[in-house]
Amino acid sequence: MAAVSEKFDYDQDYIGAEFDYPRYSKDNLEPYVDPYELPLDELNPASPSLFFRNLHWRHFKRLREEAPLHYTAQSMHGPYWSVTRYRDVKAIDMDHKTFSSYPAITVAEPDGDLPLPMFIAMDQPQHGPQRRAVSPVVGPRNLAALEPIIRERAGAILDGLPVGETFNWVDKVSIEQTTQMLATLFDFPFEDRYKLTRWSDVTTGSPESGVVESREARRLELIECREYFDRLWQQRIGNTEGNDLISLLANDPVTQDMPPDQFLGNLVLLIVGGNDTTRNSLSASVVALNQFPQQFDKLRANSGLVGNMVSEVIRWQTPLSHMRRRALRDVEMHGKTIREGDKVIMWYVSGNRDSEVFENPDDFDIERGNARSHVSFGFGIHRCMGNRVGEMQLRIVWEEFLKRFRNVEIVGDVERVYSDFVHGYKTLPVRLHAR
Amino acid sequence: MPRLTFICHDGASHEVQGEVGRSVMNAAIDNLVPGIDADCGGECACATCHVYVDEAWLDKVGTPDEAEDAMLDLNPERAPNSRLSCQIPVTDALDGFRARVPEFQM
Repeated sequence: MAAVSEKFDYDQDYIGAEFDYPRYSKDNLEPYVDPYELPLDELNPASPSLFFRNLHWRHFKRLREEAPLHYTAQSMHGPYWSVTRYRDVKAIDMDHKTFSSYPAITVAEPDGDLPLPMFIAMDQPQHGPQRRAVSPVVGPRNLAALEPIIRERAGAILDGLPVGETFNWVDKVSIEQTTQMLATLFDFPFEDRYKLTRWSDVTTGSPESGVVESREARRLELIECREYFDRLWQQRIGNTEGNDLISLLANDPVTQDMPPDQFLGNLVLLIVGGNDTTRNSLSASVVALNQFPQQFDKLRANSGLVGNMVSEVIRWQTPLSHMRRRALRDVEMHGKTIREGDKVIMWYVSGNRDSEVFENPDDFDIERGNARSHVSFGFGIHRCMGNRVGEMQLRIVWEEFLKRFRNVEIVGDVERVYSDFVHGYKTLPVRLHAR
Repeated sequence: MPRLTFICHDGASHEVQGEVGRSVMNAAIDNLVPGIDADCGGECACATCHVYVDEAWLDKVGTPDEAEDAMLDLNPERAPNSRLSCQIPVTDALDGFRARVPEFQM
């Protein structure tokens, strides 16, 4: 694909770029310094170590208050701008003509040996037709058909949980629920569905996060993913009746001749999009209801609040902490100049805690009037495609939960994901209380 | 004040008063018309105030601009009479306006 700007060669300048910065990992965390003790220009929120320890909130609070447009000169991802206020995040998200999504939508640069082009990381005119090829699977017509399937599956998952014993909610509920859903959307061999979970983790994982041993190992697993899907693809060529994601891609004139790297890129986009986000919102609802037990009481008293609770969980958690853009021209903002080619990070996780828009933003309030205004789905042409399927899964799991249980109690240490992009949980030891 | 009618997916019809100078979406939200979310608050950024404008009113509401067109394009169930109601200003000429609300917003 051609670079979007003539002045900058994005492929050459950024894809596979390595930056001079100490290598930290889950086992060797970046030392923590309170953000209010640091000179403002040394703040560097794009650090997985911060998110892993749930210590990122004060960084964003200070940035929103003192430097709503902030430049970090040195980081593991190279230099970048942080945008942290709700209004600014939204304005940049909507301005796709000034802020390009190419070549990637995370602060990390793509792997130079396996760059994974995907429609979310493309601009117009390429983006629209590719997105349209797959969006019917989560479109209104399919949603109504999916609801009873989701309800039956959610009920079965909940019925299989061991009451009174300690188990990991992430594995037994969040992953199980979203992986089954994803297998349905892909019409993927059901017995192999955990491969989807693994490929999702591998896509966003790194050697530093402990998910894969090396970059090479990551590449090999993703190529295995492509080969697996290629077999499904071959079987479904000509299946124009199929409303699963593979049949749609294999039979749409826009996508049927995709080169192999773009095929893999769009697959992992759909796998991660359909997996991590809903998974971590399902886990987050347990964390939030434990931290705010009065809200759990309210929910038990009135299951009609589940719908709004779902939006509030998605706001409170922000399952993807950011999206990244590139400036296509110089832009003045808050008295500073973003230069053409600069990397701009829209911190959704911060916009959702902006007190200008959300009263007492750190509180989890299932009756919050404007919970739906959250920025977690993004705004503008790249807005989350599967948002309704995600919301529907969360709503149904909690409706079915309330029919069966009185409480889900966190009884051990919560382990978070080592990532500055995926904002979620790896381990959530819980115990269920019967009704 | 112009009268606007929304026909919901279940067939129920909601007649509301529009306020000149504000949007058709505002009139729906202010009067709790079901099926319109308007998550972004009326900035043409989320496409969750999608309506199908009654054929008879298409000339009066005009055509979507480029930004609205791009947002409508996200919806696989876009029809020729699809509009984002936040982008239709209420005017006196819209008295009697009718639109259908889809089963789901995207």
